[in-house]
Amino acid sequence: MRDFEYEAPASVAEAVKILSRHNGSARPLAGGTDLIDQIRTGRHAPQVVVDIKKIPELSVLELTAGGLRLGAAVPCYRMYGDPRISAAYAALADSARIIGGIQIQSRASVGGNLCNSGPAADSTPSLIALGAVAVIAGPAGQREVAVENFCTGPGKNVLAPGEFLVELKLPPRLPHSGSHYRRFIPRNEMDIAVVGVAASVVLDGSGEKFVSARVALGAVGPTPLFANEVGKLLAGQPVNEQTIAKAADAARAIARPIDDMRGTKEFRLHVTGVLTRRVIEESVQRARS
Amino acid sequence: MSTIDRTPAHATNGNGKPYKVIGTRPIRHDGVDKVTGRAKYGADIHLSGLIYGVVLRSPHAHAKIRSIDVSQALALPGVRAVVTHKDLREPGDRIVELGEGAVNLRHLSNNILAADKVLYKGHAVAAVAADSVHIAEQAAGLIKVDYETLPAVIDVEAAMKPSAPLLHADLFTDELGQKAKAPSNVAKHFRFEKGDIAKGFAQAKVVIEREFRTATVHQGYIEPHNATAMWNADGYITVWTSTQGSFTVRQQVAELVNAPISHVKVIPMEIGGGFGGKIRVYLEPVAAILSKRTGKPVKVLMSRADVFEGTGPTPASYIRVKLGVGSDGKITAAETYMAYEAGAYPGSPIGAGAMCIFACYDIPNGRIDGYDVVVNKPQTSAYRAPGATNAAFALETVVDEACEQLKIDPLEFRLKNGVKEGSRRVDGPVFPRIGMMETVEAVKKSEHWNTPLTGKHRGRGVASGFWFNCGLKSSASATVNPDGTVALVEGSTDIGGSRTGIAMQLAETLGIAATDVVPTVGDTDSVGYTDVTGGSRVTFATGYAAYEAARDIQRQMVERAARIWEVDAAKVSYENGGVTGPDGKRFSFKELAEQINKTGEPIVGRGTVDPEGCGGAFATHVVDVEVDPETGKVDIIRYTAAQDVGTAIHPSYVEGQIQGGTVQGIGWGLNEEYFYDAAGTMRNSTFLDYRIPTCYDLPMIDTLVVEVPNPGHPYGVRGVGEVPIVPPPAALANAIYRAVGVRMKQLPMSPPNVLKEILRKGASK
Repeated sequence: MRDFEYEAPASVAEAVKILSRHNGSARPLAGGTDLIDQIRTGRHAPQVVVDIKKIPELSVLELTAGGLRLGAAVPCYRMYGDPRISAAYAALADSARIIGGIQIQSRASVGGNLCNSGPAADSTPSLIALGAVAVIAGPAGQREVAVENFCTGPGKNVLAPGEFLVELKLPPRLPHSGSHYRRFIPRNEMDIAVVGVAASVVLDGSGEKFVSARVALGAVGPTPLFANEVGKLLAGQPVNEQTIAKAADAARAIARPIDDMRGTKEFRLHVTGVLTRRVIEESVQRARS
Repeated sequence: MSTIDRTPAHATNGNGKPYKVIGTRPIRHDGVDKVTGRAKYGADIHLSGLIYGVVLRSPHAHAKIRSIDVSQALALPGVRAVVTHKDLREPGDRIVELGEGAVNLRHLSNNILAADKVLYKGHAVAAVAADSVHIAEQAAGLIKVDYETLPAVIDVEAAMKPSAPLLHADLFTDELGQKAKAPSNVAKHFRFEKGDIAKGFAQAKVVIEREFRTATVHQGYIEPHNATAMWNADGYITVWTSTQGSFTVRQQVAELVNAPISHVKVIPMEIGGGFGGKIRVYLEPVAAILSKRTGKPVKVLMSRADVFEGTGPTPASYIRVKLGVGSDGKITAAETYMAYEAGAYPGSPIGAGAMCIFACYDIPNGRIDGYDVVVNKPQTSAYRAPGATNAAFALETVVDEACEQLKIDPLEFRLKNGVKEGSRRVDGPVFPRIGMMETVEAVKKSEHWNTPLTGKHRGRGVASGFWFNCGLKSSASATVNPDGTVALVEGSTDIGGSRTGIAMQLAETLGIAATDVVPTVGDTDSVGYTDVTGGSRVTFATGYAAYEAARDIQRQMVERAARIWEVDAAKVSYENGGVTGPDGKRFSFKELAEQINKTGEPIVGRGTVDPEGCGGAFATHVVDVEVDPETGKVDIIRYTAAQDVGTAIHPSYVEGQIQGGTVQGIGWGLNEEYFYDAAGTMRNSTFLDYRIPTCYDLPMIDTLVVEVPNPGHPYGVRGVGEVPIVPPPAALANAIYRAVGVRMKQLPMSPPNVLKEILRKGASK
């Protein structure tokens, strides 16, 4: 591990200034649960680590009629620790509950999980399913990017030098809606997703018909995948086994996994279908209750 | 007499045995230090002037080293020394016994720092000492090694083919005692035979032959390897390390750095797990030569990746088993072909595996062919009952299939065919009094076995296992303090609470409380020679040494009391925790201890042993699983392990050993494996992707402690630590079969592997 400088700016503008000055050789630090390990193992060797936790906007967690504002440095435990958030954004709370153990959840942020841009990130499919938008600050001011367009490859994303993630904005929960995230892991805890599926469904008043749905897949492509076709296929259809089975088939068709030490391609494709079915079923249950 | 003990209150001494201390559960002597974090493990040693060493490892699975250029590394400010293989002594092809297995010193030396060839990814090539670990890491990156890469072979079956890349040009197969003419990756082929297998198979009603493959797995100790060494200007070397054997470290270091053993002092630190993997040295000689070159104490630590890629895993294996069973349910013949990966140098535990595979059953006609095969993986080390788990997975699965075909209850099959006193193993030895049958009876009577398993996709499996245990040499000395306590110094590094188990045997013999014994694990200059903490030998053999030390104290105390009372020593005896003389004369231990320094020389007992008769250990396990048929994931619902332990000295530690071994066997069975890419690089050298079970993956492991006292020990002790790892993979495989109808013949039985079998079965319907 190489020595590095540490900066802790108090404003977005100051952070942008520091990051721009170092032009790619500075890295933002929120919880640090990925970054510190990556510096230690030599995957990153930044000159400067910019601690963004002192910037007030980065720690905002605000639930209003307009939706949820989630600061990029807010640790995971605050998702599931807030009953209103875990009810309205259940998939996100599901994700936050299974990212690492309690120590990790007390430090690690959903924003950091997104910026680390791992294909198997547990919270990104939930953000996509819930329609989250990333608010990015940079030398040219602020811009917004839908989360499904944020990651561009393993460990890669749309952030340009000098830019960093400020917050995530999630739309308000609609009536008769429910969401869920589930991953497959060989163990029961403390593991990384072999396949992850998030879904958010909106039913009609009877609870028997899909009005709309968003489904996202993790660990089955170079980035978390927005399974737009699955949502389209569900919209307007009755809630039944056949509809959900078709959705599972469609999700399998979208997945493009690789063979690695966590699972074979065949296994991942099969499990994508299984999990998609289970996750939609659970989302429907939640929408109905 | 066999007894079963399931509850803490129901200790063995409540069962009519004459023990006061044995069978109770005193708080361990090292407990407070360990729970408060005060205990010093290997990495906790700090010395003034300490500098840090880092080992550079091979990025290739197989390559020639053309040259090593260390000039840039040496030029980096803060770097004190760089060493390579040239700095070690060339010890030649001598074989030394390490306590649990022998080692060729030239291979050991080449494994510590590669000479002309690297044989696996992670093979140590050079080491740097610098003022900080960060400088040392940076300097290691500046060492230029010119490699000529060679094709690698990382699979036992591929390595045995004549066309396979050769690891060693000078390795000629020892083929049933004859040396082969051409070099090969097969180091050895041996055979055991008993009876006439052709005749035996002809008598069988059912003959089943199956092939099994198991993956490379690691011992997975939590504490990485570590060594700190100070090579003093007077030529005396001190080594601080966490090891399973201080004396074997002393011997290996002395041989490898060319120093007399009397010049090497090894100070054992507390050890965070070993399971067989902390017997062979890795870092100790490196730290020593770095210290010699720099004149400073040098500390070298491994990362987790270093541990996975550079230290002893246990072998992957290919095993074929053929079993014949008569219509009466009796085994008529058994045959096996077993090939184990040794890793980069010869010496897999194939011998032990071959001797264990049929050991649970009385087999009239048998043949065992064993092969020791080198591959481009780290050199294998002992791992808890080395070789036996692979073997039991194969045999016990075939036994289960035979039971199914003949419609025999698996426990009845074991009662019909299991070994007892007088049974002869296929490899020759005749069993003394053992408790195989008692473990089966214990399961048969258990609440678990007698509770029907209900629910979809659930199944119950049974498997048995054997491990030899061993005796070997141990030493202990014990000083009587004036306050009536005893300071015990023994030589076995303590992995599983053994210092308390040993202290309890001393306390029992003297009739004092366990808390009145203060045990210390001595360094190599302060205690007599003691072999490794391995082979499930410590509570047996070092406990025996403590017993002898206590007997020695008894004799001296009798003599002292006679002197004080001015009577003939023959009229004084040691009984009930004190000495009794004529005319009602009596000193309690404490009363006499208080007199010792006032009446003559100090009293120090000594015990040194090399006992025969360690007594083998048997276990029978039963497990209930639920399998998700859509993902292949196996959840363990209930687990019960029955084991013959001889006498449980401290039942909590016996239960702990059974539970710990079982859990390691579960990990081996379900998810653990070295995952290699085509180039021979391990892709999962972290605890994230090398999956040992977490507490969320396990139910409480219930234990049935069966006590068939070992006649070879004064208190009937048998080793308990190793055999519990043997049955779990087989028991799980048998349970999975009953849950979802697929016979798993490959380890690990991970979700992708199980799902593949489920889907294949569904497709063939």
